[in-house]
Amino acid sequence: MTTTKIQSASTVSPAPTGTGSRGTKVLGGFALVFLIIAVVYGLFISPPDAQLGNTIRIIYMHVPTVMAAYLAFIITAVSSGMYLWKRTEFWDLLGSSGAEIGVLFFAVTIVDGALWGKVTWGVFWRWEPRLTTSAVLLIMYIGYLAVRAIPADPRTRATRCAIIGIVAIVNVPIVHKAVDWWRGLHQGKTVLGTIDPEMGGTQLFAMYSALIAGLLVCVWLLIHRFRAGFLAERASDLGLDQALEERRLESSPATGEDA
Amino acid sequence: MSAIVHLRSAVALIGRFPALAGVNLDVHAGEILLLRGPNGAGKTTLLGVCAGLIGLSTGEAVVLGEDLTRNRRAVRRRVGLLGHDSFLYQDLSVVENLDFWSRAAAATVADGRAALDRLGVASRLFELPVHSLSAGQRRRVSFAAMICRRPELWLLDEPHAGLDSAGRDLVDGLMSEAATSGATVLFASHELDRAEHVAHRSVTISGGVILDETPPSTETRADS
Amino acid sequence: MSQSGGVLSDALLVARKDLLLERRAKIGIGQVLPFAILVLLLFAFALDPDRGILKLATPGLFWVTVLFSAVLTLQRSFALEAEDGILEALRLSGMSPAGIYLGKVTALTIELLLLEAVLVLGVAVLYDTKFLGIPLLFAIALLATLGIAGAGAVYGALAARLRSRETLLPLLLLPLLAPVLIAATRGCEVSLEREAMSGWPWAALLGIFALVYLTLGSFLFRPLLEDA
Repeated sequence: MTTTKIQSASTVSPAPTGTGSRGTKVLGGFALVFLIIAVVYGLFISPPDAQLGNTIRIIYMHVPTVMAAYLAFIITAVSSGMYLWKRTEFWDLLGSSGAEIGVLFFAVTIVDGALWGKVTWGVFWRWEPRLTTSAVLLIMYIGYLAVRAIPADPRTRATRCAIIGIVAIVNVPIVHKAVDWWRGLHQGKTVLGTIDPEMGGTQLFAMYSALIAGLLVCVWLLIHRFRAGFLAERASDLGLDQALEERRLESSPATGEDA
Repeated sequence: MSAIVHLRSAVALIGRFPALAGVNLDVHAGEILLLRGPNGAGKTTLLGVCAGLIGLSTGEAVVLGEDLTRNRRAVRRRVGLLGHDSFLYQDLSVVENLDFWSRAAAATVADGRAALDRLGVASRLFELPVHSLSAGQRRRVSFAAMICRRPELWLLDEPHAGLDSAGRDLVDGLMSEAATSGATVLFASHELDRAEHVAHRSVTISGGVILDETPPSTETRADS
Repeated sequence: MSQSGGVLSDALLVARKDLLLERRAKIGIGQVLPFAILVLLLFAFALDPDRGILKLATPGLFWVTVLFSAVLTLQRSFALEAEDGILEALRLSGMSPAGIYLGKVTALTIELLLLEAVLVLGVAVLYDTKFLGIPLLFAIALLATLGIAGAGAVYGALAARLRSRETLLPLLLLPLLAPVLIAATRGCEVSLEREAMSGWPWAALLGIFALVYLTLGSFLFRPLLEDA
């Protein structure tokens, strides 16, 4: 109970419980700068695309969020493997932080993808390969978070999550291939989620600054989430010495219960 | 003398609860040691640690010469654990269970049959599914599945529970026999008058620690 | 002394035990199979048979039915192992985790293939399907089922000891099996000559899926058995 309180409090305002540091402040500063550049160039300075018109501005957001989500899930996968090898809390916390941040970015990806679809096709959802893949993967990682939320022995919970983290990432290329072929039967590829090589200078600049901003925000969130998780673990450990003491005291007063 | 079970400051957590809060215990070869203590004292956890099922968070544990803090798996095939659970598939018959568990433990089917015989399980029960047996009969089948592995260390959690007096005598006999033939027995029991009779030595566990650590020499170690 | 059995003999032992359990308790044939046939009926009620949708959608409906039945079969298969301290007994037995895993997968594959065989008859009768391209159909059924069992056994074991396993297993497993559903359905459509293309790439995709998850499961079952 207390653990969730600490987590949410410190994610929202890092300073008082100490998930922030000089490093994260610098990182956050850079993220903010690139975000502002991306917004200014993406929304105002860059011209509309020759084919896509103004909808290209959604793609400036879409590509970074999907990239950030994949980055987070790759971190989760690597951490899961490392956890099963090293069995340290570090890898467990990093893995679960990655999954949480990844789900967040994937959810945003699907929303901005659907918005793009509404503007471009007139419908929120088409069975576009990338969107479909994202939807399947999102649910897969929601499953990860569901298992994570089940109270359990820390080692048990970490092992379960590590296994899901590995099983899930392996599925990503397979889902992608399957969905690609499946849609390939019916329609050509769409440009959603790809960087068009014919983009002009300011368009490209907007795209890359958005991409850098997205990845920086992802890493920044990840570090904070990791530290919040770490503090939560320490908070639950606080009770351990006391629990040991209490446990030993059980023996003195009421020994003769059934002896 | 090297101890079969050697625990020092052993702390084991179940979730975040310290079920064992610093246990020191030595059990010697050929000994029958009774573990007594109230409910929730940590008896079952202690047996689980000795079986290599539950890991320690701190402390030392060496069982049958294997350092459990390094590798908990090596010891498993050499111990026999009789727990609260039956360790039997309810829908399989008595012999099907014994066949499976004896072969799983690299014993033979014949070992399994011999063990059933030894436990006095009547052959008319052999083909019945385990769920249709009475609690006492099931306990005997579980016991048979344990001894067919020829364990070097017997870990018994309430071995007398659910058995009639003939069954209890049988269990006592098996424990004494095992100790004579070189195995070591560690068992938890609430039936103290009976248990103290068969045990060479007893220790009390409470609140996750062993209270009275009596060295085996001072106790009335059966001279016979 | 320690690993006398070997992976293969452990797998055979576990598979035989699981099939024996099915023969004794008859959960698959008595409950899962009737459920699967019921789903076929429900699809017919939902998609009016006279409008031709049912016929068009037959491969997809078939594999959705198989997936739902597989979830039930997996629940049952691992609920058995979580009762009565069996998981502890398995750990104590000294059997190799990979052997236990492959044994479970073998038994599951056999059970699901038998279920599919009956469902095919059901589809033939209820949906009036004519079967073409039999070799491809066989290959797809076998590979898809291996994949379902291989991935399913990992998550089945993972969910077995959780109180919320009934809801958690489908949430974890069904998105994982999305590519199996796609590939098996398209492959069947090809073999029923509803799509003009080669069906073997789909079979290959199913084969890769099965191979990947069988390999992964063999390695992951040790931590799964020990700590999860």
